Amino acid sequence: MINKVVQTASEAVADVFDGATVMISGFGEAGSPIELIHALIDHGAKNLTIVSNNTGNGHVGLAALIGNRQVRKMICSFPRTAHSVVFPELYKKGEIELELVPQGTLAERIRSGGAGIPAFYTPTSVNTPLAEGKETKEIDGNLYVLEYGLKADFSLVKCRTADRHGNLLYNKTARNFGPIMCMAAKAAIVQAKEVVDLGMIDPETVVTPGIFVNKVIEIANPLSENQLIKEERRYPWR
Amino acid sequence: MEVATKKGWNREEMAQNIAHDIPDGSYVNLGIGMPELVANYIPANREVVFHTENGLLGIGPSPAEGQEDDEMINAGKKPVTANKGAAFFHHADSFAMIRGGHIDICVLGAFQISENGDLANWSTGEPKAIPAVGGAMDLVQGVKHVIIITKHTTKDGTPKIVKECSYPLTGTKVVDRIYTDLAIIDVTDKGLFVKEMAPGVDFEALQRKTDAHLNQY
Repeated sequence: MINKVVQTASEAVADVFDGATVMISGFGEAGSPIELIHALIDHGAKNLTIVSNNTGNGHVGLAALIGNRQVRKMICSFPRTAHSVVFPELYKKGEIELELVPQGTLAERIRSGGAGIPAFYTPTSVNTPLAEGKETKEIDGNLYVLEYGLKADFSLVKCRTADRHGNLLYNKTARNFGPIMCMAAKAAIVQAKEVVDLGMIDPETVVTPGIFVNKVIEIANPLSENQLIKEERRYPWR
Repeated sequence: MEVATKKGWNREEMAQNIAHDIPDGSYVNLGIGMPELVANYIPANREVVFHTENGLLGIGPSPAEGQEDDEMINAGKKPVTANKGAAFFHHADSFAMIRGGHIDICVLGAFQISENGDLANWSTGEPKAIPAVGGAMDLVQGVKHVIIITKHTTKDGTPKIVKECSYPLTGTKVVDRIYTDLAIIDVTDKGLFVKEMAPGVDFEALQRKTDAHLNQY
């Protein structure tokens, strides 16, 4: 029998090892798997490379993981946002590495990584500083930049609904990087607001087929990053 | 008094100028900040579908206070709603729409635009600044018509429309039209052409505030 459902967040992230590459879904707070990230902080794996669009807000979730000095390198498209305070401070001190990737290139590198495409040519970033040192090729009279697919050891993803096979439905704009990050990781770890019985999800509406998912944990009432930031909370809680 | 002699269009009027030129049936991506104003001025008899790169086609009006949803946001991470006929999708599909030439128009801000349509809008290149690029480089390469909304000069009067950009580029030869507080300017193979000037602005004065050479139709 296939049952990808685990009972605790700590069990879900137990296999993450020092030096792993971990993709974390979310566009800002929307879709960020805060309970899984906090479990990873408790777990303590270090020297991580994190692939995520942003660098977290306040002192909770991804920002807390970075603040806890578990992250060696960030691969992202937009590391400074209104409430991002932890990453900028470490970056200015030269204590964390940044690989800046245009957002569409980041998405396509992740999709490719999951789809068995090792590299691709894109028009994005041609003739800009972000293409410096990269191979280019002229195709039909236009110049393109060679970009490599991205794979991860683990991805941490948030969704709305899951079943025990790992079929997933998302919620509105919280879908963002979730589906492609499930594809690109050796082990996709998903927190769902609800886990339903097999057969309850209409196959026509499945967004992420279960084959891309390894572990599912139900977090019925995830924390609101916005709310925690308003309350100036920090993780680990103190 | 300074205010009494002030010429040109204000932010709302600049947004109206753009909205007026967006055809019925267009798929449009609006950048963060001033570009977002454009959505407020689409004429009622036109149906325009707004795209946001974080995975929504069919952005509706801002939600009423208390109705905001943390999982329903635009690219600027502000709360939005979805119109009837809207669709959600993941990031790779979203940028397939952008890069694949499926979006008709995008409206972006700018630090500098050059006379051959180069755009600099993501970094001032200061060594201490934290670089952040988001989706700008994808938008300028893939969207059919790239429109810029910007003040004609910086606060200290430095021209933003220049012979050559000094800031790090977002893309080369990508801009199609520039809407400023003083003029609407087309970027063509033959250079910059002034399509329209704001009331009270004359061509010579406009050229003085522009580093690049301007042409008249």
